Amino acid sequence: MTAHDVEPGKVHPGKPVTVDRYTVGARINHWITAASLILLALSGLALFHPSLFFLSGLFGGGQFTRFIHPWIGVLLFFSFFGLFIRFWKANLWKREDRAWLTRFRDVLANHEENAPEVGKYNAGQKFVFWAMSVLIVILISSGLVVWDQYFSAYTTIGQQRVALLIHAIAAVAIIGVWIIHFYSAFWVRGTIPAMTRGSVTGGWAWRHHRKWLRELVTKPGGRSGSKPAE
Amino acid sequence: MFPPIANPSVTDVTPRFSDKDLVRRSASTVSAPAERLAEVAKLIDVSKCIGCKACQTACIEWNDTHPAVGVNAGVYENPPDLTPDMFTLMRFSEWENPETNNLEWLIRKDGCMHCEDPGCLKACPAPGAIVQYSNGIVDFVHENCIGCGYCIKGCPFNIPRISRVDHTAYKCTLCSDRVAVGQGPACAKACPTQAIVFGTKEEMKQHAEGRITDLKARGYANAGLYDPPGVGGTHVMYVLHHADQPELYSGLPKEPRISPLVEAWKGITKYAGLTVLGVAAGVGLLHHLVMGPNRVSDTDEENAERLVRNDGHDSA
Repeated sequence: MTAHDVEPGKVHPGKPVTVDRYTVGARINHWITAASLILLALSGLALFHPSLFFLSGLFGGGQFTRFIHPWIGVLLFFSFFGLFIRFWKANLWKREDRAWLTRFRDVLANHEENAPEVGKYNAGQKFVFWAMSVLIVILISSGLVVWDQYFSAYTTIGQQRVALLIHAIAAVAIIGVWIIHFYSAFWVRGTIPAMTRGSVTGGWAWRHHRKWLRELVTKPGGRSGSKPAE
Repeated sequence: MFPPIANPSVTDVTPRFSDKDLVRRSASTVSAPAERLAEVAKLIDVSKCIGCKACQTACIEWNDTHPAVGVNAGVYENPPDLTPDMFTLMRFSEWENPETNNLEWLIRKDGCMHCEDPGCLKACPAPGAIVQYSNGIVDFVHENCIGCGYCIKGCPFNIPRISRVDHTAYKCTLCSDRVAVGQGPACAKACPTQAIVFGTKEEMKQHAEGRITDLKARGYANAGLYDPPGVGGTHVMYVLHHADQPELYSGLPKEPRISPLVEAWKGITKYAGLTVLGVAAGVGLLHHLVMGPNRVSDTDEENAERLVRNDGHDSA
């Protein structure tokens, strides 16, 4: 198993070719994390700006929002930890990532063909992965400091003020990263089935992650069934 | 002697202030009332305090809190700190004055200072959970409180406490309910030495003048009034014999102000944060409008099919 393909993946010949990208476990893990992050953003924004306090109504009022927000944070932390274990290897920085980044303008202009071939993740996806990882660690640690009900006695008020500011800034940053993540998945058509049904088309893999596709095809046992008769 | 406030009448009295007199309301904007009520203040003359704790008792009684019977923690303070059931606390410090070699027993009645610029209210995320009336009283409205504890971080004096019973924040109300019907706070009513007096802020400043002159005549050259400008002045003021060293009085801050961290959090972070997110979403929308989706072409699919057919070789 190479570093580009940490998830067992198979290429299914056909018209079109389909390529396994995420296992059922990874997909469930992802959607638990996704739901937690969205609920955290909504409940957190309710407490962040007065004009968004109405969002607390989604959670049954201010008291319940205050109560549930940190618990969802704990869920997110452990859920994301699962994703981290699954995906960190494939997100290690590779030589081609730098070259890909120099062609980032071409990618944005829908001229991805000018960018070098990349493995399972491109530099943009790796940025999202590592930004999420770092920000979640910052958010859970600053969040525990300001979790008044259980942890207020362990820190000084001065430390709690620092934690609140860090928590707010990190939260804005992670929502920003989420916007990038969400938009990219929508803009690059054919991406979302990877996280819903678990597979993408061969064309999608060819266009966006050709190196990954090549590795899968040449890997022994990387194809399902026998070679189609010709 | 400051004339004590008369006992209440037995007839109904219309409240002297209400929601119409709010000058600030947490997480909301209010239009300022046309007329500002006379600012009120409680003056605590530390030099007259005998440490009897009648104020604490009166506070418990009037506010109907039921603090548990405590244990002797080996200090004069009882309970050892402010609690959700103890809105005011006599704090005792023994200080050896290096100039006179006298041991001075400095007793300060701690509690909400009713800042003109309240840090608790600035930090509060729940609309209407903290209000400020035009007479200067800062009050917590418990049905709006969500129990997050942000007020604790906002307060420069470490006053609010969150109840573990109903998860809302508590502090001294300056007996807003008594003041509304022309009475003074319960603690002032109970004080046997008139160390606590209540009136308009102007009256209190004048009364303090006389007290400070008296203290200076008795050799307290640094006697003065504690009405810190960093929080816009307070509606609870102290007469201190050592006004140049307020820290002597169980850590009364010398130049209290809302922490710059809280100002940054509730100021620039709040506005810049939402702007950044709005711009990010806008850029995404614009990008999609201008560039359109990144679609897989038929050629891509054919290329992939050929690659699979040829065992990983591009050309047939």
